[in-house]
Amino acid sequence: MSDTTTAPLTAKDFATDQEVRWCPGCGDYSILKQVQTVLPTLDIPKENIVIISGIGCSSRFPYYMNTYGMHSIHGRAPAVASGLKMTRPELSVWIVTGDGDALSIGGNHIIHLLRRNIDVQVLLFNNQIYGLTKGQYSPTSETNKVTKSTPFGSIDNPFNPAALALGADTTFFARSMDRDPKHLQAMLRRSEGHKGSALLEVYQNCNIFNDGAFGMMTDKKTKAGVTLMLEHGKPLVFGAELEKGIRLDGLNPQIVNRADYSDEDLWIHDEQDLAKAQLLARFFDDPREEGALPRPFGVLYAIEKPTYEKQLNDQIELAKEQKGLGDLNELIAGTETWEVK
Amino acid sequence: MAQPIEIVEEVIIKFAGDSGDGIQLAGSQFTNNTALTGSDLSTFPDFPAEIRAPLGTLAGVSGFQLRFSSNEIYTPGDACDVLVAMNAAALKSNLNHIKKSGIIILNTDGFDAKNLRLANYQDDENPLDNDSLAAYNVHKIDVTKLTREALKESSLGVKEKDRAKNMFVLGYLYWMYDRKMDTTQRFLTSKFGKKPEVLEANMQALQAGFNFGITVEASASRYRVQKAQLPKGTYRNIQGNTALSYGLITAAQKANIDLFLGSYPITPASDILHELSKHKNFGVTTFQAEDEIAAVSSAIGASYGGKLGITTTSGPGMALKAEAMGLAAMLEIPLVVIDIQRGGPSTGLPTKTEQSDLLQAFYGRNGECPLPIVATSSPSDCFETAIEACRIALRHMTPVILLSDGYIANGAEPWKFPNADSIPALETKLVNNIENIEEYLPYLRDKNLVRSWAIPGMKNLEHRVGGLEKEDISGNVSYDPNNHEHMVKTRQAKIDKIANFIPKVEFIHGDASDDVLVLGWGSTYGVSYSAVEKLRAENKKVAQIHLRHIQPFASNVEEILNSFETVILPELNNGQLSKIIQGTFNKEVIPYNKIKGVPITSNELFEFISTKCT
Ligand code: SF4
Repeated sequence: MSDTTTAPLTAKDFATDQEVRWCPGCGDYSILKQVQTVLPTLDIPKENIVIISGIGCSSRFPYYMNTYGMHSIHGRAPAVASGLKMTRPELSVWIVTGDGDALSIGGNHIIHLLRRNIDVQVLLFNNQIYGLTKGQYSPTSETNKVTKSTPFGSIDNPFNPAALALGADTTFFARSMDRDPKHLQAMLRRSEGHKGSALLEVYQNCNIFNDGAFGMMTDKKTKAGVTLMLEHGKPLVFGAELEKGIRLDGLNPQIVNRADYSDEDLWIHDEQDLAKAQLLARFFDDPREEGALPRPFGVLYAIEKPTYEKQLNDQIELAKEQKGLGDLNELIAGTETWEVK
Repeated sequence: MAQPIEIVEEVIIKFAGDSGDGIQLAGSQFTNNTALTGSDLSTFPDFPAEIRAPLGTLAGVSGFQLRFSSNEIYTPGDACDVLVAMNAAALKSNLNHIKKSGIIILNTDGFDAKNLRLANYQDDENPLDNDSLAAYNVHKIDVTKLTREALKESSLGVKEKDRAKNMFVLGYLYWMYDRKMDTTQRFLTSKFGKKPEVLEANMQALQAGFNFGITVEASASRYRVQKAQLPKGTYRNIQGNTALSYGLITAAQKANIDLFLGSYPITPASDILHELSKHKNFGVTTFQAEDEIAAVSSAIGASYGGKLGITTTSGPGMALKAEAMGLAAMLEIPLVVIDIQRGGPSTGLPTKTEQSDLLQAFYGRNGECPLPIVATSSPSDCFETAIEACRIALRHMTPVILLSDGYIANGAEPWKFPNADSIPALETKLVNNIENIEEYLPYLRDKNLVRSWAIPGMKNLEHRVGGLEKEDISGNVSYDPNNHEHMVKTRQAKIDKIANFIPKVEFIHGDASDDVLVLGWGSTYGVSYSAVEKLRAENKKVAQIHLRHIQPFASNVEEILNSFETVILPELNNGQLSKIIQGTFNKEVIPYNKIKGVPITSNELFEFISTKCT
């Protein structure tokens, strides 16, 4: 046992003996692997890591991680995690959730978590479908989707998680994908490093019920043309040869040929610019459409704001300082008492 | 020329007026003042659901009943000796509630044509002018005019001046009952210290009311109620929700862990959230969540992290929390769910009392999900019951439901409070010998079937918990049929075993040799006590027991029930405990049910029990 306490941790230390029960080929495997790869490098004692999930395919995640973990109930992981992080701020708390869990049944909790800015990481596995219940459309499914519950095509408009998160005043939003391990690892690190609520949306392929939902964005052949890899302080460029750029004409983003513009005239990514983040969040076109804006990946938005639990615990400390540690006898007696002799 | 002061045994006063008239404030001020005189007391605030119900209407009448006595009392009483009616509606809705020859203090300004119409008086009918009040001793006072008169120097607007009317009435009552006004003066100073003009106006109105008694109504009688011969000790006045909050803080301190409250505002439970929020220096964290489900879930998160997680609510909120309570039962972690019951179903009667969530507490979750249930029986009893709920939750690693109700929550009584040092420590199941553990087995149980509590941060004890059925001992997910049945039965047996840790029920009146047993739970304690006491004074062989633990029952409940042929069970519901008793012990009881949003009166119950005594 003494060995494990001194040797640096590896991905293996974070794996459990439980058989992983996702469908073969599911994108969840890659995400699990990247998390197990990144966590040992973060310099966080393993016993201080807690993973809390709701219900759905993705929410089986804690069972496969040799950390503390809770597989809670549908949609409520953010609320459970909030109670934990508030009272145990030293812990590294991760929420693993899916599009149905976070944005449908748990929609109320996710927005309140973000507005409060509790310092947790939310890994939102977005596969645009209900997997565990066997293939109904989800709140992020595109309209006209034909599923078991929508044989004539869905008529719901999908949520745009980035816009929703920014609307809830998130302090961090990033997007990545299961098929790009290096990028996903980098985004996991950024999320963990962010002081405050960090929402990381991961496009995840459900090869059973919604195979290829993000195909154009993840497929090597098409990826470069329809995705935009963001880097802070760098111009927005994309394309197989990075030959295209985005330029802002007033509030209108335009796709331009890089050959026609100097890089300084392109849109330079600034993670801390809310107005620009809001425009980026609206890069939500169907990649198959002619002239579609590329889908941004990376950190769309990241700002520093005091966290909820810091302010909360400051209030508690201040109260102790000003009033002194509570005295039970004083509390119970109150100010007006009388004697019966 | 001072009036002689008449000594009376007890007085029941009811303050009644528009919900904007400051009735609750005047009532609670008079109560706090009364407490310090050493009389025993009991209160019953009764208000409409709307914060500012339509002015002047019968539906908008807010009431506060106070009974104080030189004897020990257990209820706020039935008919009043004194009614303070701020308007026509207040008079009309309470007239059948006052003793003949009782005193009625009327604010004449509240009886103009409009007020009379709103109170549904017939055209030309004005109770001030006809002889409909001839049987009473009526003090007509134009409170509005006199208050404005007293405040004529104040620069406040008329509307603001009129808000001090309740202080004028209060001052008058202080004169009538021969009181010092210092408690209210101190209260006003702390409440309005930052608004000197408002403070001044309230102080002046209070004094003006008192002086009015001296000068104008000098012919009226004055009264004094002597101290009650309560058991020796130091007392304070306490409301149910306050005592409950203190109990929770005490429990956490005694368990040496921090208290976390996750709550969503709901009547009549919100006062616990307010009270606990004040006591951060006890390491208390309060969290006003986005909804009832987040409230309980956050408490589960805190408990998972090693804190004492609490959630407070009323019936509709507990319904929303049901799934999460099931999760906590599966996780087997401590959690206390406090339900301050009110009239239901649905939104029901938010400000009225009822005991109708008992079956919800018993059965209101999916799957086989037994949870311990404790019930509090009076405002001061909330303190001990809260500690008891926490004790069971921590000792037995289970969510516990604590049932109180609106009547207890808002009611007040003198409390001979304990010395905190004499309260025993609360045991927890926190793992404390981490180094000696080779492989942590989260669902390994002690002989009481209770598992241990390893929390994040404990090295080498990393493990996963969740809502899926788990394998015995290891806690790994398991769909094995035999394991599931075993786990269901184990969770039930764990709750049943708590019976070994709770005190036996003791008779409050009488014993097993009596003919009739009055069995109760919750807020019927006081009324049962009074009714049984009166019957016994008439040599009727009636005994009383009252349950704090409803799941599991104390080990001797069945034996007691079986030693009586006649068991009467009064409840503010349609017979919920009756059903449980019949189901559990196969024992027929005679239910006495009232479902009107108000407590049972001792006369009603007395009459009912009398018919069952041979
Ligand atoms: S149903 Fe889809 S999301 Fe769920 S495990 Fe299978 S492939 Fe993955």
